[in-house]
Amino acid sequence: MRRNFRTVQTVFTALTLIGAIGFSATAIAGDKIEEGKKLAFNKKKGNCLACHHIVGGTQPGNIAPPLVGMKGRFPKKSDLRAQIVDPRVKNPDSMMPPFGPHAILTDEEIDSIVEFIYSL
Amino acid sequence: MKKLISSVTLLALSLTPFVAAQATPEDDLKALRAYFKKNMPNPDLSDYKNGIYAFNKDARAQWEEIEEFPPYEIDLDKGKELWEKKFKNGKSFADCFGSDLSKIRPKYPYHDEAKDTIVTLEGDINKCLTDNGEKPYKWKKGNIAALSAYIAKAAEGTKITTMPKTEKAIAWYNKGKNFFYAKRGQLNLSCADCHVYSASKWIRGDNLGPAVGHTTHFPVFRSKWGALGTLHRRYGGCNKNIRAKPFKAQSDEYKALEYFEAVMSNGLEINGPGARK
Ligand code: HEC
Ligand code: HEC
Repeated sequence: MRRNFRTVQTVFTALTLIGAIGFSATAIAGDKIEEGKKLAFNKKKGNCLACHHIVGGTQPGNIAPPLVGMKGRFPKKSDLRAQIVDPRVKNPDSMMPPFGPHAILTDEEIDSIVEFIYSL
Repeated sequence: MKKLISSVTLLALSLTPFVAAQATPEDDLKALRAYFKKNMPNPDLSDYKNGIYAFNKDARAQWEEIEEFPPYEIDLDKGKELWEKKFKNGKSFADCFGSDLSKIRPKYPYHDEAKDTIVTLEGDINKCLTDNGEKPYKWKKGNIAALSAYIAKAAEGTKITTMPKTEKAIAWYNKGKNFFYAKRGQLNLSCADCHVYSASKWIRGDNLGPAVGHTTHFPVFRSKWGALGTLHRRYGGCNKNIRAKPFKAQSDEYKALEYFEAVMSNGLEINGPGARK
């Protein structure tokens, strides 16, 4: 019964989206990038600017490499995500905080940040 | 390419203190000094007593202006008053510390072999009070910082001599050293991450100063505090910033840390009180 309801709901959502799918998809992606940017710049959240230069951010630190050309650096988006979740996997002494395991950011917040950083 | 090289040295160096388990304090001192000499924009060791001003010309210029009318002037007056005031029993601080003011600051911190503990200037100020039936001061600011500043000022230009010699003293030193290099807090950062490997760099709007010289100029007047504060107050602040639980001022952890940092500052001139952002 419950599952039936879900299916109906999904079909319904899909149908409502279909009409404007091209537009909605980019709008949703755009929202995520915007959200990710806010999280990345926020001192209480990602605060990536503490260490990295990022276009559009003020008072960037210069401890870590500037975040540019990310699609070139990380052909696979999942590798970029892994770096943000836990940089210790690649460099056990990394100064970059383990955002995932230390619960500094939630999974959804990391998703948004990945979208933003990947757009750079 | 450049990034590769620097990240390799970073890795190798950050491991050094742990790999070289037999390293003596003298070895550590040499290794750290060599690192700063090689990697920092200002290799002139004697300037490290000035903290971040050794690297940042603009901040230095502002500071030199501030020092023309030092914000801690009133505290020095207060410190003098406390030093000269008689306790209820007719004694005063000179009965605990000796009357030659210039000889006090450079003695601290030191290892007391009999009690096997680290003795700090602030610790002895409060011990003097309680030994004489007076109420101790609060640890991080106020009277204790004022008196500590007055005592530091009188020793201006004399040098830090802290160096552990006995096995027990070296154990305290190692406790402080491990604290200094250990990652902690939600942000997983060590003191060394910021004050060794990233010294002279910017972390958002803050320019990071070197650990060598950390103990020379305390207590410090911080504009952020609007007042003078002790070294252990600063330690607590840096722990909170990385979302780690701060230890109490004068806890064994911070005494060991002060001891380690003093050893790393051995030979540098005392120039407290300082003034910082
Ligand atoms: C306290 C410093 C610090 C903070 C804060 C920080 N990083 Fe880093 N980051 C580093 C360092 C240092 C490196 C270099 C590689 C290493 O040592 O792990 C790095 C590497 C990276 C890389 C790999 C770059 C490349 O080209 O290989 C990415 C991507 C990255 N960081 C993203 C982020 C994001 C996104 C945030 C915020 C959510 C962030 N970082 C926050 C210090 C930091
Ligand atoms: C995330 C970076 C960071 C970490 C980690 C950190 N600090 Fe700091 N610390 C700073 C900044 C920024 C300042 C202010 C600029 C300066 O003077 O270096 C500062 C200032 C200080 C000062 C005052 C320096 C002066 O000249 O007045 C001391 C002492 C100090 N830190 C000790 C420590 C110790 C000990 C630890 C580890 C328990 C630590 N810090 C960890 C960022 C950090």
